[in-house]
Amino acid sequence: MTDNASHIEAEILALLARRVPVGVIVAPETQIAGGLGLDSVAILDFIMEIEDRFDISIPLDQVAEVQTIADLSRAIETLTRASN
Amino acid sequence: MSLFSKFEAVRAGIDSLAAHGRNPFDVRFERVLSATEALLEGQPCLLFGTNNYLGLTFDPSCIEASVRSVQEAGTGTTGSRIANGTYGDHALLERRMAEFYGKRSAMIFTTGYQANLGLISTLAGREDHLLIDADSHASIYDACKLSNAEVIRFRHNDPDDLAHRLRRLEDRPGNCIIVIEGIYSMLGDSAPLHEIAAVKRDTGATLIVDEAHSLGIRGKNGRGVCEDAGVESDVDFVVGTFSKSLGAIGGFAVSDLPDFDLLRVVCRPYMFTASLPPAIVGSVMAALDRMSSDQSLGARVRSNSNRLYCGLAEAGFEVGPEPNPIVAVKLADRESAVQFWNRLLDRGVYANLALPPATPGSVSMLRCSVSAAHTEAQIDRAIATMVAVGRELRVLDARATKTPVSLTGTSL
Repeated sequence: MTDNASHIEAEILALLARRVPVGVIVAPETQIAGGLGLDSVAILDFIMEIEDRFDISIPLDQVAEVQTIADLSRAIETLTRASN
Repeated sequence: MSLFSKFEAVRAGIDSLAAHGRNPFDVRFERVLSATEALLEGQPCLLFGTNNYLGLTFDPSCIEASVRSVQEAGTGTTGSRIANGTYGDHALLERRMAEFYGKRSAMIFTTGYQANLGLISTLAGREDHLLIDADSHASIYDACKLSNAEVIRFRHNDPDDLAHRLRRLEDRPGNCIIVIEGIYSMLGDSAPLHEIAAVKRDTGATLIVDEAHSLGIRGKNGRGVCEDAGVESDVDFVVGTFSKSLGAIGGFAVSDLPDFDLLRVVCRPYMFTASLPPAIVGSVMAALDRMSSDQSLGARVRSNSNRLYCGLAEAGFEVGPEPNPIVAVKLADRESAVQFWNRLLDRGVYANLALPPATPGSVSMLRCSVSAAHTEAQIDRAIATMVAVGRELRVLDARATKTPVSLTGTSL
């Protein structure tokens, strides 16, 4: 994993820590739908927070393909590279 | 694994809701008595959970026009406009809608859902970008799924966030299409059209506004929030429905763009479904006449909305951000909302139970809606009932809450 990728993953985990219900443990392999204890609207709101943090827009079809935190991290890395 | 096993969580959710008394997705009225009353479980019930904003569902002129149309043209069209032909009244209703909005063209759809599904999915092609408000209706989200375009959500009612996201797309090929609603269906808040139209002008994007919940309610002539904000010329497409203020069913889109009629042969949700039946087209035209000729309907629904909104706010409820015919009452959690909704029905007041994930910000709430046909006494009774239930469930503090003086001694 590159420095950038691990930095992105750490940022995601930090942002999520403030949103998930008490007792939910989040790791790179955690499933976003079902594993975070968040409903679909809360997940989309979290994605918006991520978009603001990294100054990118993640199209909805890409959101649908993202299964785990690690997938999300990879999608962000690709999009930030494309926008630089 | 059974075909339906993926819905087990849904079933469990419904079962847990029904355990409180009733299944909120299966409320069955024995009889609808008027625009504001029905029989439910053998008891009369006040309707504060419809979208009957102008109260025209029992309007004698609409019923008469509907009966006349069915007698003259039959019960159904049995097919689509492109395959089975256009009836004279389809074309007449389209001309009437275009005239009403002061636009060059109009198309009517079989439902409002299909109007969004058809227009948005067809306009947005493979290299285009759809920018939709995060709180958009399901029909807009489903249209996005059906389109081949890239879909980006922007923060609800946030023109700066929209502008920011449009700027990120500056160097990308394709058209940018903004989709917003005039009034949002859950919290009843309206779009900052003035500011969004400015973003549209600055960026050269296309703007679609869904006025489903604002037709007949906002604007001097009832044309909605776009008219109210004075930005109609900036709006490329207005979409809407006949199922709310006009009391029937069906959808429409209007536009000034010269190639608009091409949509008739490329828009699949228009092409491959049966067209509106004569009875509906007849009643919609009569409702359009009523709405255009009687300005008091709009005035009454606005004043009734204020009465309900202010009455509930004054009593201490947390309501939506502005008084519109949709009045949201936010509750602490799912449990309180379900109990509140059941107790209201026990006392003969029907509102809508709205729970996450169907609500913005994952809020649990009651969605009340107001009609021009409600009497002030009916609105006061609804407020008094909600105050009583609010105290019982300790949503309202019994000591701190005062019952508005106007509510004492009201009856149906």
